[in-house]
Amino acid sequence: MKYQVVIGLEVHTQLTTNTKIFCGCSTRFGSSPNSQTCPVCLGFPGALPVLNQKVVDYAIRAGLATNCSIAPRSIFARKNYFYPDLPKGYQISQFDLPICLNGHLDIEVDGVKKRIGITRIHMEEDAGKLVHADVAGIGDDSCVDLNRACTPLLEVVSEPDMRSPDEAIAYLKKLHEIVRYLGICDGNLEEGSFRCDANVSLMPVGSSVFGTRAELKNINSFRFIKQAIEYEMERQAEILDDGGKVVQETRLFDPNTGTTRSMRGKEEAHDYRYFPDPDLVPVIVDQAWIDQVRESLPELPDAKRARFTADLGLPEYDVEVLTASRELAEYFEETLGLFPQAKTVSNWVMGELTRALNDDGKEVTESPVSPAQLAELLKLVEKGTISGKIAKTVFDEMYKTGKKPEEIVAEKGLVQVSDTSAIEAIIDEVLAREAGQVAEYRSGKDKLFGFFVGQVMKASKGKANPGVVNELLLKKLQG
Amino acid sequence: MKITRAEVEHVARLARLELSESELDTFTVQMDGILAYVDKLNTLNTDGIVPTSHAVPMENAFREDTLKDSIGVENAVANAPKHAESFFRVPKVIE
Repeated sequence: MKYQVVIGLEVHTQLTTNTKIFCGCSTRFGSSPNSQTCPVCLGFPGALPVLNQKVVDYAIRAGLATNCSIAPRSIFARKNYFYPDLPKGYQISQFDLPICLNGHLDIEVDGVKKRIGITRIHMEEDAGKLVHADVAGIGDDSCVDLNRACTPLLEVVSEPDMRSPDEAIAYLKKLHEIVRYLGICDGNLEEGSFRCDANVSLMPVGSSVFGTRAELKNINSFRFIKQAIEYEMERQAEILDDGGKVVQETRLFDPNTGTTRSMRGKEEAHDYRYFPDPDLVPVIVDQAWIDQVRESLPELPDAKRARFTADLGLPEYDVEVLTASRELAEYFEETLGLFPQAKTVSNWVMGELTRALNDDGKEVTESPVSPAQLAELLKLVEKGTISGKIAKTVFDEMYKTGKKPEEIVAEKGLVQVSDTSAIEAIIDEVLAREAGQVAEYRSGKDKLFGFFVGQVMKASKGKANPGVVNELLLKKLQG
Repeated sequence: MKITRAEVEHVARLARLELSESELDTFTVQMDGILAYVDKLNTLNTDGIVPTSHAVPMENAFREDTLKDSIGVENAVANAPKHAESFFRVPKVIE
C-alpha cells in the first residue's frame, strides 16, 4: 500500500543565558564535572528555585518571532519520573499553561510554500548527563555530571503538519535560523544546544486519520533527522504491509547504522503526574512587557531576505548567502552603509572576505578587516586609486596585518597608474620586445590583443589602469 | 470506589514504593476515603473561577541573570552515597 508520512517535531533549544534557569550557576559548556552546581540544581532538599527573568524575555522573543500569542499568565509544573540524571526526581517544566501558544512558521520546499503550525513553546530545565566515563574501580557503574542540570531550555512543539522529511528539515532549518537571529540559542547541534525529537506516523494515502506514531530521539544533525525519518517510514510501512500494528513507543536513532531501535521499558514512565510547582509563582506577562520585547527584536531572516531582494536588487543567490547568519548580514549592511553599491559589496563579502575567513577558520565577527575598512578599500577602487585586481592583494594584506588600505597602498607603492605617458612607455617597451607577435596581430590575428594587455599589466606589476591600457594599446597597434 | 487497588499499585510503582499485599489493602481503603472527602469540593459551583495553582498570592518572582559562585565539586558530591572522582556514581541503568 502507499502511505503518507505525518511528522510533528519537538525541538529543545538551549538558551544562551549566563546562568541557569533557577539558580546563579554558570551554563558554560565543557567545564569539569559538577563544578557548576549548587543546592538548587543539585536538587538538595529545601533549596528554592528562582526564575531567571532573561529566560522569560527569551521565551517571549521566540514566541513573537514564531507568531505565537504570549500567555498573560503561565505557570511551572513538575514532571515526575526517576532517572539518575534528574536529581530532584522531577523536571520543572510547563504543562497546561505554557508561555507561548498557537504560532506558525512558513516554509518552502521545491518552490511550494506551506504553513507549519506551532502548538506551544514552553520553558523548562534541562537534566544532567549520565556518562559512561572511564574511571578506574567503578566496575559497571555509571557517572553523573550535573553541570547541565537546570540549564534553561525552550521546547518548541509543532503541529503534526509536515508530510515529508524535506518539509521537516525545512521547518527545522527555519527555526534554527530564527533562534540564532534572535540571539537566544547558539544553535550548536553537536553540543546539544538544538535538539530534535520527531514524531513519525504513517497513514494510507488519501486517509485523514493519523496512524500510531513513534517518537524518535537522539538526533543531532539535520542529515540524521532526515535519515531517521526515512528509516522509520520504511520500518512502519513494512509492519503495516504485513498486517501488523505500529507500537507507540520511543525509539533511539543510531547514527552508526542509520536505524532506530526501541527504548523498551520506558512506557510506564510516561505517566508523569504533572502538577503545579509550588516553589515557583505564576509568570504574569503584561502588554508593556511584550511591547518592550517586540521593540528589541532584530529584523528576522524572512524580512531581511525580502528587503535585500526588493530594495537592494540583489540576486537570490547573494540574498541566501548574505542572510545565512545574522552576523554576516550585519557585516554586509554595515559596509553597505559606507559604500552604497549593493552588488559590489555583496561580491566582496561573499568572495574575498568569506574565503579568507574560511581559510582561517574564523567567524565573521572575528574578521580582522572591519566593515569600515572594507568600505575604504572599495572607495579606493571606485576613485581609481587602485585597480580591482590590486584591491585583492591589498585585501589580503589588510586581513593579515589589520592595517588600513591607504596605508598598504602607500607602503607598497600600489597606486594605480593612469598617467598616459607612463603607460605609453611601458607599452612601447612591450611592443618592441614582442615584435614578432605585433606583426602577427597586424596581419589579422586579433586574438593576440589580450596577450598584449596581459604583458603590459604584468610589466606594470598590475598597477596600470586597465581602461587606459586598452585604449592606448589599441591606438598603438593600429598605428 | 474512588480508587482501585490496581491504581494504588501503579502509583506505588511509579513512586518506587514496594508495598506488601496487606499495605495495598490498607492504603486503598485510606486513599479512597481521602479522595471521597476531597470530592466534596465538586459539589461547589466553581463557574467563572480560575483554577487555583498556588496557595500564596504572589507572582513574578525573578532573579537577574548574574553569576553566583557554585559550591565546588567537593561539596557537591560530599553527601552522595558514592562518587568517583568528581562524578556522582550510580548503578548502571538498563534500557
